[in-house]
Amino acid sequence: MIIDSPAIEHPVATDTALVRVEHLVKRYTDNTAVDGVSFEVREGTCFGLLGPNGAGKTTTIEIMEGILAPTSGQVRYRGGPLGERFRAEAGILFQKTALQDFLTVQQTLNLFRGLYDHGLPVAEVIRLCALEKLLTRDNKKLSGGQLQRLLLGVALVNDPAILFLDEPTTGLDPQARRLFWDLVQSIKAQRKTIILTTHYMEEAQLLCDEIVIMDHGRIIAQGAPQTLLREHFKAVLLELPAEDWTPAARELGVTFFEAAGRVELTTNDLEGTLRTLMQAGICLAHLTIRPPNLEDLFLELTGKDLRA
Amino acid sequence: MSVMINLRRGWKRLLAVWHARNLEFVRDRTSLVFTLGMPVAIVVAMALIFGGPPRPLLKVGVLGPTPTPLSAYPFLIERYIQFVPETRQETGIHYVSRNDLALLLDLRQRPVRYWAIADSPTGYVAEKLLLQADPTAQRQPMAAAVTRYIDWLFPGVLGMNMMFTCLMGAGYVVVRYRKNGFLKRLSATPVSAFEFLSAQVLSRLGLALLVSIILYAGIGTVIHFHNVGSTALLLLIAVLGSLSLIAFGLIVAARFASEEVVGGLLNLLTWPMMLLSGIWFSLEGSPRWLQWLAQLFPLTHILQAARAVTLDGAGIGAVGVDLAYLAGTTLVFLGVGALSFRWRPE
Repeated sequence: MIIDSPAIEHPVATDTALVRVEHLVKRYTDNTAVDGVSFEVREGTCFGLLGPNGAGKTTTIEIMEGILAPTSGQVRYRGGPLGERFRAEAGILFQKTALQDFLTVQQTLNLFRGLYDHGLPVAEVIRLCALEKLLTRDNKKLSGGQLQRLLLGVALVNDPAILFLDEPTTGLDPQARRLFWDLVQSIKAQRKTIILTTHYMEEAQLLCDEIVIMDHGRIIAQGAPQTLLREHFKAVLLELPAEDWTPAARELGVTFFEAAGRVELTTNDLEGTLRTLMQAGICLAHLTIRPPNLEDLFLELTGKDLRA
Repeated sequence: MSVMINLRRGWKRLLAVWHARNLEFVRDRTSLVFTLGMPVAIVVAMALIFGGPPRPLLKVGVLGPTPTPLSAYPFLIERYIQFVPETRQETGIHYVSRNDLALLLDLRQRPVRYWAIADSPTGYVAEKLLLQADPTAQRQPMAAAVTRYIDWLFPGVLGMNMMFTCLMGAGYVVVRYRKNGFLKRLSATPVSAFEFLSAQVLSRLGLALLVSIILYAGIGTVIHFHNVGSTALLLLIAVLGSLSLIAFGLIVAARFASEEVVGGLLNLLTWPMMLLSGIWFSLEGSPRWLQWLAQLFPLTHILQAARAVTLDGAGIGAVGVDLAYLAGTTLVFLGVGALSFRWRPE
């Protein structure tokens, strides 16, 4: 039986881009910090902005946060310009932020919670950021890791739909950094959109669903970390202590990079390379073979020279 | 020997720090301009206010036409006395009772009459000089209540303290917040510049009032000060005056991130108010433009209103213009401060 059903009107595919950055340019008197950057951030993802010092990451993120005005281009949030709704729904952890020295952790969270109409109960923020034991401590007496947790809490008080984290773990010790990653992952699990800038590739690889690598104010790579790795590396990496890399090995015609007491080789033909090394009499006792990671990709794209 | 070596090393370290600080200071152009500009501004202000012939020590009001030549009445050629023409006897007597004038002289009849407060140091000296020049001059009884100089001065002292508490406190806090990035963090929240500044004003207001009340009660007890008027009205003047002064200070702090610049600018504001608002002496008899200039300062209106209440028992109607000026300037200053406000250093 054929049922003559009325035509079904399919809804237009919803645009899942929460933030759209369009042709962003930021010029200062003596340099162009951001030079025509465009990308989209999908809702519920963790989006990473990576790049060496001076690449334009912080300028880009501050324009996205509405803190800096672009020279040209625009940032759209939920299809519209950054406005009151954005302010109410955005949580921001700046690269450098000071709080009032003589306020306690609890008082600071109460202050920022009081600035928003809607948000999480302060007790919930305290639990999320593991601040229970610090509530009566003055801000000025917090360690670096504790302060970052408090600043994350401050960024979460309004239960943000989008969370900006600008180099949130810079300067933290490994334990504090890992604790912070756990916190971010728990926030990510709530399907909040996160925009992260970082120098730590391990951090980006762990947390980000999509990354943009910037250099000299431009985007030089964009995509999911694994996709980018597949696109840029068909090879594996071999690492050897520099003292095992004999003068004879240097004459083999193999491309290598030497730094910090290690020699690094990239090859598409693992067996052939290993055979060549063994025939040259190179000690392979301390050889490490690993797939390339985000740091390798970063160095591949941005170069290995020290930036001024 | 080792003492000498340690001294030399210490001196070298001291020189290194001294040199670095000087370099920093010289390279911070805005601070440099304001720090060096401040003394120049003070010199110009002092030249304008106190320049010319030496300032008179006494002010004497004169009723009636002055004789020509002045030597016809020798008292009028006494040096270091400023003779201020007065048209109304009541007003002149009022000024004497308030210590604005040392003496009021009536030349409309012979023998001349005069009004002076014998207990007032300036009144005493002026009277002595007058009687030496004209022994026939006749003292008249003061119809108005006589005010001690300390009673006249007391509101000025309170006002001066209020000025420093309000201008300095709020301004420096905002600059520190801007410098350390706290303002930048606040800018990412829905709070507006006007809301932020208003909160600072209200917070400082509480402190300024508390300090003023402590001073009023403490010094008032010591000097046996008697407020002729309404204490509630005096409190209202203090509230509106503090609001205006705090908002005035926040305009200065609206943009800068350097304590040195803001310190210089605040000095630039406090000095003219110190000299012209009537803290220490009345501007009666000063050039008209100076009196007009003084009327621009909130402190002038605070002191005018406070003295009218405490010394003359004035009601709210009599000080309404001053109160309106203070309320109006508060809103204007807050508006200007909010419009020119910067959340982060430029």
